[in-house]
Amino acid sequence: MSIRVEHLTKRFGAFHAVDDVSFEVEPGELVGLLGPSGGGKSTVLRIIAGLERADEGSVYLDGERVDQIEARERGVGFVFQHYALFRHMSVEKNIAFGLDVQRVSPSESAARVKELLGLMGLTGLEKRYPAQLSGGQRQRVALARALAPKPRLLLLDEPFSAVDARVREELRRWLRRMHDEVHVTSIFVTHDQEEAFALSDRVLLIHKGRLEQAGAPADIFDRPASEFVARFVGDVNILDAVAEKSGVRAGALTIPSEGHAPGEKLSAVVRCYDLKFWQADDGIATVTRVLPLGDRVKVEAKLDDGSAIFAQFPRRSSLLRGVERGVRIQIEVTLARLYPRGAIPGAE
Amino acid sequence: MTRVRGKVPERGALALRSGVILYALAFVALPLVILVQHGLSDGLAALFDAVRAPVARSALFLTIWTAALTAIVNAVMGTCAAWVLVRYRFPGRGALSSLIDLPFAIPTLVTGIMLVVLFGPQNVLGRSLAGAGFPIAFAPAGIVLALLFVTLPIVVRAVEPVMLELDPAEEEASRTLGASEWTTFRKVVLPALFPAILAGGLQTFARALGEFGSIVVVAGNIPMKTLTAPVHVFGEIESGHSTAAAGISIVLLALVLTLDFTARRLKRKLGGAHA
Amino acid sequence: MPEPRHTWTRGRIVLLAVVLAYLGLILVLPLGALVSRAGAGGFKALADVFANPEARRGLVMTIGLAAAALVVNGLFGIAGALVLVRQRFPLRGVVDALVDLPFAISPVMVGLAFLLLFGRGGTFHPLLDAMDWRVVFAFPGVLIATLFVTLPFTLREVAYVLAELGEDEERAAATLGASRWQTFWRVTLPNIRFGLGYGATLTVARALGEFGAVLVLGGAISGRTQTATTFIYTAVEERQESAAYGMALVLALASALLLVLLELFKARVHRQESR
Repeated sequence: MSIRVEHLTKRFGAFHAVDDVSFEVEPGELVGLLGPSGGGKSTVLRIIAGLERADEGSVYLDGERVDQIEARERGVGFVFQHYALFRHMSVEKNIAFGLDVQRVSPSESAARVKELLGLMGLTGLEKRYPAQLSGGQRQRVALARALAPKPRLLLLDEPFSAVDARVREELRRWLRRMHDEVHVTSIFVTHDQEEAFALSDRVLLIHKGRLEQAGAPADIFDRPASEFVARFVGDVNILDAVAEKSGVRAGALTIPSEGHAPGEKLSAVVRCYDLKFWQADDGIATVTRVLPLGDRVKVEAKLDDGSAIFAQFPRRSSLLRGVERGVRIQIEVTLARLYPRGAIPGAE
Repeated sequence: MTRVRGKVPERGALALRSGVILYALAFVALPLVILVQHGLSDGLAALFDAVRAPVARSALFLTIWTAALTAIVNAVMGTCAAWVLVRYRFPGRGALSSLIDLPFAIPTLVTGIMLVVLFGPQNVLGRSLAGAGFPIAFAPAGIVLALLFVTLPIVVRAVEPVMLELDPAEEEASRTLGASEWTTFRKVVLPALFPAILAGGLQTFARALGEFGSIVVVAGNIPMKTLTAPVHVFGEIESGHSTAAAGISIVLLALVLTLDFTARRLKRKLGGAHA
Repeated sequence: MPEPRHTWTRGRIVLLAVVLAYLGLILVLPLGALVSRAGAGGFKALADVFANPEARRGLVMTIGLAAAALVVNGLFGIAGALVLVRQRFPLRGVVDALVDLPFAISPVMVGLAFLLLFGRGGTFHPLLDAMDWRVVFAFPGVLIATLFVTLPFTLREVAYVLAELGEDEERAAATLGASRWQTFWRVTLPNIRFGLGYGATLTVARALGEFGAVLVLGGAISGRTQTATTFIYTAVEERQESAAYGMALVLALASALLLVLLELFKARVHRQESR
């Protein structure tokens, strides 16, 4: 199913939960709605599902305008953040619910339930009740339940936020595998940038109700369209900078850039691996902390003007030789993104 | 040094506890024990005879079926009322919720008076209804109406807290899976509410069995027709047949205690919503 | 906070209409009838009641009994709640069940039980006779009856609030050096005051409305054991309808006032819970 959303707006009093959002999703795509909490992405999802009504704008499913159509008739599968399993029904009854409601024959229903149990790795658990399942199992049941009536569209509202980190990894793999097998158009909402980038064919960044950027994960990463996007995606340093005749300076740092009018005030957003540190007695900063993080090392330093800066290196990087707490280092910025200062208030 | 299991209560707490136990035993247990003992004082056979006497039997039957009907009607309507109060928004909702507590505040005798005023023979409404074959005052219908009034809040207040705890996401999930609102209610909401409805219904039944004040003025107390068990017991006391009165009381007491006990067990399982 | 997302479908309107119709029939209609009937005479009905010495005596008696129940069962309620919620002891379950019994037992049976204890030929009668004390058909009798039926209300409401609050604050007070009494007076009591108020209001309402037990045990002797409710009953028996309706109106007005108080306390308790 293809989805088109046009000029979606929803207000709660004076507050714009969704502000003129438009986008399209191709059939079979797995799209991630990414953004900080409270940014409106869940609301967009719920409007597409029919669980809420937009104040303005339209939703088209397969070219058909569905604004006036009720949730139960849209053929949309929905997976809730806290599973919302029917606690009084067993796993198989939960999964079969959408089929029972549509008066599917018992034999067909049983076959479909069995198929989904296998697909989601739940065989053997069919008689259990939600309270007897782990978080990961519950979410897989929720997925199976949503998929049972063969929906044209699958919507997932922060589906992995209620489970712990390791289970989350596992569930992500299930979702990707399920999507590859079933090929149902899917949109999922998350505030976890890593998750969005790992799973989606395309990512839509939503902040304060507005669509900031849409594109493939790599595009967003390499070419963030705004300061918010740049800040939100990846571990970053944010420095106050001023454009000068010969380039851009942030304190003692030089930043490669072009085309800025001298005197222009800028924010420089520098990824933690777009920096080079190396030990140098005549350097411009002092190391304050060195944090080993498994296969990476994070180095925090303080520039002479007091501002803090940090970078990440692979563990075996030669740049780390001699770099420890208290030593002076030299810094080079290999890549920075520059935005007009104060143009967009930063991400939370 | 061995550790002592459990807390060793301090003297004040112990005194308080003893006082409470004493009060409860002396005030509640003792009278009931005496009641049971007196009812059995002429022997079990005499008790059965007293209960099987035509008037007593008819009174018990009337009491039981009117109470059961009340329990069923108020279980349904109480659930509907709670649903409307919890889920809908409309002007006057707060006032309506307060109104539902009225039967807890108003004397049962006054309830009976109100019904007599409304449906009694001196009233146009009462006369025309009686003429049309649906008498309210001095008829079982009056008894049922009185019981419905008096027990109205019980199921509503039993179900309300459980309704408030329901997860709206479950109902939304049901909607996305294609269920209508009625199907959602039937398959998702009702199973969750059922224990509370049952507990409330049982409490309603128990309360209705013992009702006296509202019935004694409106029912007319015609033996074999509109004489309920509590009113009959009252009559027996007035006539000095205290053993027979106690005997019938034992039957009622047994019923009421069983119902109440079951209801309280159910409510415990739900997590102690308060009466 | 999303707005209550419901729309008025036809089914919902029907349900609301059904509920309103039911409540209107069961609750509003009788109430309205009484008000219009007694109010037809305007303030005259009320004035007549207060002019009637017997009625006045009955009202005074009822108020006195309610006050006594408030104090005695208020204190017992606090003590009992503390003991039942905060302490563990072997008889706890028994006391818990006993305390709930007055809710369910028919008032007539209550009267009978105490009659069998204190009346002629009763268990304690020889003792009473020797001390020249009268319980039955005397003030102590109606007092005991009132105390019995109002026993659980304050206890249940305070117990509910205590259970919700937990013991953390009291423990904190203990670590800060407060004695048990100080903790109770400065920490526990202020916390339970709304639950206490709610229970106290229910106690008064119940005492006001008590009829069956008081009738059996007291005999409705004017000046000695006549309460407001037994006054109504006697008036009805003697066909003094306007006196009966007048007093019923007085009690209904008092109940309305109590209902308002009830709702106020209930709101405060809920507000406390959600904090």
